[in-house]
Amino acid sequence: MKIVLIQLVLIVVVVITAVRLLRDRGARTQAVRRLGLLLFAAFAVWSILFPTIWNHIARLVGVGRGTDMVLYALVVAFLSFTLTTYVRFRELETRYTKLARRLALDEAGPPQLAQAGPPQQESPHAGS
Amino acid sequence: MTVEQPAYTLEKAEQTGSGVRDTWVIIPMFNEESVIGDVVAQVLTAFDQVVCVDDGSTDRSAALAAHAGARVVRHPLNLGQGAALQTGFEYALADPSMQYIVTFDADGQHQIADAVGMVERLKAGEADVVFGSRFLDERSKPSFAKAMVLRAAVGYTNFTTHTRLTDAHNGLRAIRRPVLEKLDITQNGMAHASELVAQIGALKASYVEHPVHILYTDYSKAKGQSLWNSINILADLILR
Ligand SMILES: Nc1nc2c(ncn2[C@@H]2O[C@H](COP(=O)(O)OP(=O)(O)OP(=O)(O)O)[C@@H](O)[C@H]2O)c(=O)[nH]1
Ligand SMILES: [Mg+2]
Repeated sequence: MKIVLIQLVLIVVVVITAVRLLRDRGARTQAVRRLGLLLFAAFAVWSILFPTIWNHIARLVGVGRGTDMVLYALVVAFLSFTLTTYVRFRELETRYTKLARRLALDEAGPPQLAQAGPPQQESPHAGS
Repeated sequence: MTVEQPAYTLEKAEQTGSGVRDTWVIIPMFNEESVIGDVVAQVLTAFDQVVCVDDGSTDRSAALAAHAGARVVRHPLNLGQGAALQTGFEYALADPSMQYIVTFDADGQHQIADAVGMVERLKAGEADVVFGSRFLDERSKPSFAKAMVLRAAVGYTNFTTHTRLTDAHNGLRAIRRPVLEKLDITQNGMAHASELVAQIGALKASYVEHPVHILYTDYSKAKGQSLWNSINILADLILR
């Protein structure tokens, strides 16, 4: 029944990262992301020097082997990466949509001009 | 293929239109060159002002729509139907005499008579928003699978927005200016339909449904939304 603990921890971590990354998108999220990356790198170096650290952690939270622990950690890392990427793409999409809309509306001119006379647009046979 | 379209002149629109320029018909359009000329010409028999939002079409849709007498706003690249609608909203809002808008599909599936009826209900003060519904009578004949997907979509929309509709993914709608001013569609793709309903629900605007006839021609079936895409739409809705 020891496996329950790791399941609990993993689920909580996944849910919290998901909620956090989806909810606030300010400077803080970015800072947290960068700090996380730093910690991750530091830990990577450490675990390269002392590979047994994974076994210790694994035993601590109730997983049998260190390799399993690495796998779980990767799953979490990958999930949060997917989520951040998704959020960032959405933001990017919103931005270029606004840009394209501004361009389109400026190019079309004010709608009141429509009342001035017959349409002045290019002929359909101009081809493009 | 060259379809010779007679130029639709403004005088003709004036003879047939209502004379009061308070309504804009907004047509999101993407690669509809074979039908858009006829659609615009038909709309102009009943309404004075039509704007086609061309969403980076790679065919002659934009030129043909303009030739038929519509104003054309052109996205420099394809953004999606939701983005096109929001662009059309902002275009219409820039006209101070606009009081009502109608959203109308470019693919010839909608009936002018339905649009006219819906605007009349707005003008009669029945509601702030009139949604078209193809499920209020038996005229529209979507395929069985399509009907199932649409029912599921409206079920989800009703569940998440506290509205009571029979057809949330219908491109035919009529909206009064005060509501339009507060709408902001951020779903570029097809998930905008539920977003629109949600925003109208949140505004506590009054709405009614109007029975409309959606034509399912071979053309519309070939071009329309595949059932696979409904899975993508659902994902967009949930992940938003
Ligand atoms: N602006 C824009 N319009 C689009 C796009 N895709 C489709 N449309 C337009 O949206 C309208 C409806 O598109 P359809 O694909 O037929 O969707 P639908 O009518 O909801 O679905 P069906 O019941 O399958 O016909 C038509 O006027 C299309 O030209 C797009 O990427 N951008
Ligand atoms: Mg269609």
